[in-house]
Amino acid sequence: MTSVIPHPNASVATSAAPVRLAGYNFAYLDEQTKRMIRRALLKAVAIPGYQVPFGSREMPLPYGWGTGGIQVTAAVIGPDDVLKVIDQGADDTTNAVSIRRFFAKTAGVATTDRTVDATVIQTRHRIPEVPLTENQILVYQVPIPEPLRQLEPREAETRKMHALEEYGVMHVSLYEDIAKFGRITRSYNYPVRVNGRYVMAPSPIPKFDNPKMDRMPALQLFGAGREKRIYAVPPYTDVKSLDFEDHPFEIETWEEDCSLCGAEDSYLDEVIVDDKGTKMYVCSDSDYCRERREAGHQGDGGPK
Amino acid sequence: MTGSVRDPLLQVRDLTHHYGRQLGCRDVSFDLHPGEVLGIVGESGSGKTTLLKCVSGQLQPTDGSVSYRTRDLGPVDVYGMSEARRRLLMRTDWGIVYQNARDGLRMKVSAGANVGERLMAIGDRHYGHIRSEAVDWLERVEMDMGRIDDMPGTFSGGMQQRLQIARNLVTKPRLVFMDEPTSGLDVSVQARLLDLIRGLVRSLGIACIVVTHDLGVVRLLSHRLMVMKGGQVVEHGLTDQVLDDPQHPYTQLLVSSILPV
Repeated sequence: MTSVIPHPNASVATSAAPVRLAGYNFAYLDEQTKRMIRRALLKAVAIPGYQVPFGSREMPLPYGWGTGGIQVTAAVIGPDDVLKVIDQGADDTTNAVSIRRFFAKTAGVATTDRTVDATVIQTRHRIPEVPLTENQILVYQVPIPEPLRQLEPREAETRKMHALEEYGVMHVSLYEDIAKFGRITRSYNYPVRVNGRYVMAPSPIPKFDNPKMDRMPALQLFGAGREKRIYAVPPYTDVKSLDFEDHPFEIETWEEDCSLCGAEDSYLDEVIVDDKGTKMYVCSDSDYCRERREAGHQGDGGPK
Repeated sequence: MTGSVRDPLLQVRDLTHHYGRQLGCRDVSFDLHPGEVLGIVGESGSGKTTLLKCVSGQLQPTDGSVSYRTRDLGPVDVYGMSEARRRLLMRTDWGIVYQNARDGLRMKVSAGANVGERLMAIGDRHYGHIRSEAVDWLERVEMDMGRIDDMPGTFSGGMQQRLQIARNLVTKPRLVFMDEPTSGLDVSVQARLLDLIRGLVRSLGIACIVVTHDLGVVRLLSHRLMVMKGGQVVEHGLTDQVLDDPQHPYTQLLVSSILPV
């Protein structure tokens, strides 16, 4: 592994020789729980897009903060792994910082901000802009794993719909968008079909990131703690966004470039900079933006 | 297509259903031919709806058989086929119009999407085509085109019922089940709806099973009539024959109970 930047906030050891306290298990969860989660993960990888139930444990953070993702990460991480955690693309938001510190403390693993250095990346709401490789695992935090939930409230019925591939109703929701607004307005958690079989919720990533999931070299794992479901997309698996023939799937575009690094190809966040509504656009992937600036790229600096 | 026009579309033999110790219906047998409308009448609790549910694949009967002549395979036992196939049959070749429109409609999506849902379920992925089919069918059930993007919850009872019919007919089914399609509507709306159903059924040649307690409905719609009491069929014949010359005491009672206007 190349250079690993210790996180400035992490007071715990991020060096190669982790300090382990006697009586505590590696990566928080006990070994039986990890085995259970790994079995669920194996099944999930074997049936791409299928939601595997698992015995989700209570974790030391609230539901909705990544309890599913953190359990999946705990089950797959090893002492030699390098962990990166992002929330909305950024490494320095509360959720990302606390989960990174959690694993630095309980597993003693090295952590990093750099996408290319990480072997395990836990994410909420984004896929990094830098293409991932076969040596990486991407772990998503998922609030609602069931893509049909908004349309069919009965769990028994949605399972049956998945089993019988009855996915027409998914298109009904897209039809509604076009009938009301003239185009498909759904912009995040945009439903995808995995390997030509299961319709899957990609977690609340922007649809901008959907094409990155298609035939991605990295293993993608999804954990939903409250809903007690795990699902997965193995490397190099087809992931197609649902659409209509005459209203094909499209990703978001911006007229602006990133004000800081000038990137034209990344997902941009709108940032309000004063009380008059002046705004600037910056990369949501903070690592990507920094790397570009370090390589000498520069944006227009935003409103003066 | 397998079989000739003379072969029955649906064959029901010795159909019996018990809810635990409670009898639903007993030993019902009948044939239904393509384009034929069969009325089932009887008082509340006589087993009409149980029979309809058993015949339409929604409730597995305790005993007896239901055989449907499919387009590709000929007669097939409805409860012997896989669930996937039965559900496909129910949303393509069959239609079910419920008494309460809320049971048959998707209330949280617009009228147009309700009509288009079956098309999308069988793989139509062209928005323009789905939309034009929805417009066409809403016109055929005499709905105001300005309401195509409105929610069914904002519709009157009669409009909801017409929307339900459009939603079912969009895949051109050969067999439609109707459970009390007009109850709960006022008489002028009832008359208009019956007129519409009669016109559609005749022009499209759809076979129909109509369950109702309203003898006026069966007089207008159905060719043949079955009278049920206590879970059993007590009289069976041509509609006019049964209504004008009832043989069974219960049918006589039923016919004589119609209030003269």
